[in-house]
Amino acid sequence: MKRSKITIFLSLLAFLYVCPQKGFSDDILGAGASFPYPLYSKMFHEYRKKKGKKVNYQAIGSGGGQRQIVNQTVDFGATDNFIAEKNLKQIKRPLLHVPTCLGAVAVVYNIPGQSQLNLTQENLADIFLGKIKKWNDPRLSASNPKLALPNLDIVVVHRADSSGTSFVFTDFLSKVNANWLKKVGRGKSVRWPVGLGGKKNAGVASYVTQVLGSIGYLELAYALGAKLPQARIENKSGNFIKPTVLCTALAGDLDIPDDTRVSLTNSPALNAYPMASFTWLLLYKEQKYANRTKEAAKSLVDLIWWMLNEGQEIAEPLHYVPLPEKALEKAKNILRSVTYDDKPLLTV
Amino acid sequence: MLGEKTLKIFVFISAASVLLLLFVFASTLLWKSLPSIRVFGYKFLTGTTWDPISESFSALPFLVGTLVTSFLALLISFPFSLAIGVVLGEYFNTGVWSYFFRSLIELLAGIPSVVYGFWGLSFLVPRVRDLQVKFGVMPYGVGIFTSALVLAIMIIPFSALMLREMIYLVPKKYKEAALALGATRFEMIWKVALPYARSGIFAGFMLALGRAMGETMAVTMVIGNSNDFPRSIFSPGNTMSSLVANEFAEVSDNFYLSTIIQVALLLFLVTIFINIISKYITRKLSVRSSL
Repeated sequence: MKRSKITIFLSLLAFLYVCPQKGFSDDILGAGASFPYPLYSKMFHEYRKKKGKKVNYQAIGSGGGQRQIVNQTVDFGATDNFIAEKNLKQIKRPLLHVPTCLGAVAVVYNIPGQSQLNLTQENLADIFLGKIKKWNDPRLSASNPKLALPNLDIVVVHRADSSGTSFVFTDFLSKVNANWLKKVGRGKSVRWPVGLGGKKNAGVASYVTQVLGSIGYLELAYALGAKLPQARIENKSGNFIKPTVLCTALAGDLDIPDDTRVSLTNSPALNAYPMASFTWLLLYKEQKYANRTKEAAKSLVDLIWWMLNEGQEIAEPLHYVPLPEKALEKAKNILRSVTYDDKPLLTV
Repeated sequence: MLGEKTLKIFVFISAASVLLLLFVFASTLLWKSLPSIRVFGYKFLTGTTWDPISESFSALPFLVGTLVTSFLALLISFPFSLAIGVVLGEYFNTGVWSYFFRSLIELLAGIPSVVYGFWGLSFLVPRVRDLQVKFGVMPYGVGIFTSALVLAIMIIPFSALMLREMIYLVPKKYKEAALALGATRFEMIWKVALPYARSGIFAGFMLALGRAMGETMAVTMVIGNSNDFPRSIFSPGNTMSSLVANEFAEVSDNFYLSTIIQVALLLFLVTIFINIISKYITRKLSVRSSL
């Protein structure tokens, strides 16, 4: 009696020990950016249905994704901002950036009437610098002749948490406004001259919804989901562009460097939306490291290849921007350069 | 006796491991924040700038944010907690109603903080904004005052239930003696029961204060997360725990990471400091049994 109980207990233990282990080694492990998480989880879900391969992705943030791939605890990392040259050199082996889609940052606002607002680059910077304090400021009226803007305080809302969205936004302002560059600069988290901080996209969206006279910025997919009005932003050619999937794609359809590590803000294309960015997966060029098997390396490369082909079709329905032609070709070339024991893993 | 011995060893190891854990915890925080401590020294506590771009960090705005929101919350919750404690400890101390009210209050303690935060954002924020319009300050709605309100509601159950136990446990002989001497019920509560239970009451409020200081999610949602030094209780601010939660996930730079860990260390030290002080005061206040 007693013996059988012990046997059952032991076999249960053995079962618990073996099961996750086996499941674990088969799964592809990834971690990082939370912005493309809805897209990735849909992609990985489809991939599992089609190829039977499970991907375990943890949306712990871009910084976490970079740290995890550098520490080699995941098969791939994901990040919204490319790793700077000096930091890239400190990593022991060459790390590749593979873009998967584009994101845009939309400026959303809450003013009574909610008509279409046009913002020049200078006005946008001055609002976020705290220099334009009222909605009926003549500088705003100049680019919005048809709007009767109210005598209302402007409440600036920014991200409270460190985020890739803030990086794209501040990167754009740093490019177009010398004052912004000097006073604030670009970064995932900066010293905001004015305003409130909302936690994540949801926090910014709820502040903007709650506070009359507020203006904030959101990831495009989120702004479209939250149904907040989006301002038209003046681009490099002087056109006011509404953030749409099409206009964002135009920002990435340029001659970009082969490693795709480039900022797409303030794109020179005529009708490009000026606040756009790639989001990347991170993986090592040489996949033979830390006892990785060739199978594991191959299945990782196959997954990313699928994301660059069939996977791209999933993007648009979810308000993500698929990679434009040129960028897609470069992404595929980067993936082709991945090797295992110095032999390329992809033959397509 | 084998059982006796095993139990003794087990208990000893368990107790020691908690102490060890605390030690490991503190030393990890200290170790990881060393790069930041070396650079900033005591200036980390005196400056008011938090600028990740120019790498100039000081935690004073968050230290002040944590202390002001917590103590303000304590102040706001004080009369309510005291009243609930007296009602449940003296007036409805047994029976169905007592049980019913106590369960309700315990339920309050069990609500996840994100729910409090959400309620604060959708219900309290518009009302605070109306108030701010009347006062003629910038009508953000969110800010230090709003988070103190949310925190006050969150910590009431902790202090109120502790108070109830303390007042309930005041020996009958003292209460009856006071009544026999001609005191009214109010006088008995005010002059005998509450003074007798004061150290326990104080400890209850300290428990609530500790809860308020560590609260992260609800505060983040309504405080406005501005990293500048707060100018008034209506301005947006930030607390230490909220800052750590906001920044931690995305940090890729080691030095920046160490400054955030130093903020966590600071929160840890402040909590311990307040704990020690409150232990000391609780001892001072406790009524000697020879009374």
